[in-house]
Amino acid sequence: MALEHVNAVVIGSGAGGGIVAKELAAAGMKVALLERGRWISPYECAKDDLRNQRTSVLGASFGPDDEERNPRVKVEKDGSEQIVYPSRGAYNNNAMCVGGGTASYGAMAWRFMPQDFRLKTTYGAVEGSTLEDWPITYDDLEPFYEQAEYEIGVSGDVVPDPFKGPRRKPLPMPPLPPNREYAVLRPAALRLGLHPFDIPMLRNSVPYGGRQACMRCRWCVGFACEVNAKCGTQNTVIPAALASGNCELRTEAIVKEIVLDAGGKARGVKYIDEKERLREQTADVVIVSCGAIESARLLLNSKSRLFPNGIGNNHDWVGRNLQGHAYTGANGLMPFDCYDDVGPGAGVAICDYNHGNKGLVGGGMLCNEFIRLPYQFLGRMPPWIPAWGKEHKDFVRTWYRRAVNVQGPVQEMPVFHARVEADPKVKDYWGVPVARMSGNKHPHTLEIADFMSRRAEEWLKEAGATRTWRRVPGDDLSAGQHQAGTCRMGNDPKTSVVDKHCRVHDVDNLYVVDASVHVTNGGFNPVLTIMAIAYWASHHLLKARS
Amino acid sequence: MKISRNPDRRRFLRTAAGVAAIPAASCTRAGRRWRFLTDEQADTIGAICDQIIPPDQDPGAVSAGVVHFIDRQLKGHYAYLQDAYIKGVVEIEQAAQEKFGKRFSALASEQQLDLLREREKTAFFRMIADHAMQGFYGDPRHGGNRDFASWKMMGIPNPPVRGRQQHDLTKS
Ligand SMILES: Cc1cc2nc3c(=O)[nH]c(=O)nc-3n(C[C@H](O)[C@H](O)[C@H](O)COP(=O)(O)OP(=O)(O)OC[C@H]3O[C@@H](n4cnc5c(N)ncnc54)[C@H](O)[C@@H]3O)c2cc1C
Ligand code: SF4
Repeated sequence: MALEHVNAVVIGSGAGGGIVAKELAAAGMKVALLERGRWISPYECAKDDLRNQRTSVLGASFGPDDEERNPRVKVEKDGSEQIVYPSRGAYNNNAMCVGGGTASYGAMAWRFMPQDFRLKTTYGAVEGSTLEDWPITYDDLEPFYEQAEYEIGVSGDVVPDPFKGPRRKPLPMPPLPPNREYAVLRPAALRLGLHPFDIPMLRNSVPYGGRQACMRCRWCVGFACEVNAKCGTQNTVIPAALASGNCELRTEAIVKEIVLDAGGKARGVKYIDEKERLREQTADVVIVSCGAIESARLLLNSKSRLFPNGIGNNHDWVGRNLQGHAYTGANGLMPFDCYDDVGPGAGVAICDYNHGNKGLVGGGMLCNEFIRLPYQFLGRMPPWIPAWGKEHKDFVRTWYRRAVNVQGPVQEMPVFHARVEADPKVKDYWGVPVARMSGNKHPHTLEIADFMSRRAEEWLKEAGATRTWRRVPGDDLSAGQHQAGTCRMGNDPKTSVVDKHCRVHDVDNLYVVDASVHVTNGGFNPVLTIMAIAYWASHHLLKARS
Repeated sequence: MKISRNPDRRRFLRTAAGVAAIPAASCTRAGRRWRFLTDEQADTIGAICDQIIPPDQDPGAVSAGVVHFIDRQLKGHYAYLQDAYIKGVVEIEQAAQEKFGKRFSALASEQQLDLLREREKTAFFRMIADHAMQGFYGDPRHGGNRDFASWKMMGIPNPPVRGRQQHDLTKS
């Protein structure tokens, strides 16, 4: 059945796609927004600590939650491979629902630092890594960071952070009042001569955007916010896009292929609708915003005479440089209760170790962690406690309320062989080849992680921890919630997939706008940068059109 | 919503077949205790879980409902692990008979620990230990953590008191 032609089809309604859909619709373009997941309302915030987007042992409640229909393949270092399902860690899931990851995220809202866009120039090449500068700078993105902060909504106080890039405006909302961990960690950081400040968060600290303020519950990261105080694309730009009258959101619409016309331009997409019918949606422009793993998979699955190895992939860069964040840090035991049940938990950060660390390329931010729900806490046990039995139980009873965790995301060294492919054998329920993930972290990433975990340990000791232990990552492939890098942005079509405005080299009317385009992923959670790039790309798309 | 229609149907068929297989007499019993496990399997699993999370001044795994948690998941999200459980239980019961001539649950605590320590690194033990932790520390809605046993033990109020100031309402 033919569908009415639209000006733009946007695939995926997450951080990137939600914003592009709204920007184009507000400018008068007719937009079809196709999302494979469904709406999840605040009322469905089940606060189920075994079935959410952070701990998914009993299912990933923000999708995909049909295990068997959505497998992936994970290849291990020794070449062995296994089929993996969404609720298991090796799947490297983010989320699949309206809002994508932003419906359930922790909502830290970091701007990358100016150096993060110029790592190669700042530090030189790194052997075994495809480390490169971005084709755009912090200054290029600054107005768009600001737009994201004001339209989606960010609280916090970054004024005391001397390392941040220049900014024209303060954050639109003040920070939430401190919780107990904050009250202990901030003065300790000051005593060490560090520069602590209030983490910027996409969370209402005061009423904003027609929604109320955070009521500081226990179940934030991995859950929908019951009072809708957490700001994602699903409760900001997507409703605005729909209200413009120019955007139609179709949920449970799974795009399987991008279709080209004879001249090599994108004609539209083929997708499976909620009734499992195959549809074709034609459009003037096609925007791919499926998240780093699925965007690469979609391009690779879109083969044609001009692009026998997948659209945009004539130089074998699609799916390459898959990266995420190697989380690293330390835990400490305090002589007093630090747990006060005041969510979201994370509140205080330092950027003293993002750059300028001797012998290291970059670094990362450190902060206290979100509330550890009881089962999550078991993943933070010290190495000297047995994994089960009396001592294990004793430890949990005695220390749960007195344990503090400081951690941060290491800016990873991208590697060419860490990649997404379309699996040659395994297909999903709809017959589409699934994502096949392989590769490992660069050794230098682990060196940085080791360094940062020691800094986290020092901070905890200064705060009064009587005993500490570090938690460093292994070299396993990193992607997951912070997945990025698979459709690199660059000026040279031979070593990148999209140009600096997110347009696929060689296909005039095809864009990738999501974490895939990140050249490097910053020493920060990535979402605000994804949002800023979405505003930037939309701006340039509209400019090119007019 | 089309999600999970498929597994639901299969779950239903399996349950239907299971019910048909139970002799008519058992229907007169006051309901079956377990959805998947036999009483014997449940007994062994309970004994293992009570070593993983032993009772002390606070409830242990069994009295907090961990076996119910596992049983329920074996008919739900962990249905694919049914075989692993059955085999694991058979293996440890055989070892108990060979070494001590008794059922695992009838052994002295030290004897149970002996057998479990030998198996600490096996896939079965890791799996059951993890599931015991989920059942004990996870949300009660899944059949474990009865009366919020673990949360009370850890000192986290339930239902949580909302807002920044929290008062212990039991003290005036
Ligand atoms: C629990 C959790 C906590 C997090 N905390 C933070 C944080 O504190 N700070 C931070 O910066 N980041 C955080 N993140 C990460 C953040 O959510 C992601 O970086 C961000 O959402 C990625 O944006 P994206 O646009 O690349 O993709 P996504 O937001 O993943 O959106 C992609 C969308 O495309 C849809 N899609 C995929 N394939 C198809 C297809 N074939 N057809 C149709 N639709 C498709 C998906 O269903 C999905 O909705 C967190 C994530 C999670 C899950
Ligand atoms: S901590 Fe605040 S923003 Fe997070 S879910 Fe709870 S009320 Fe919502």
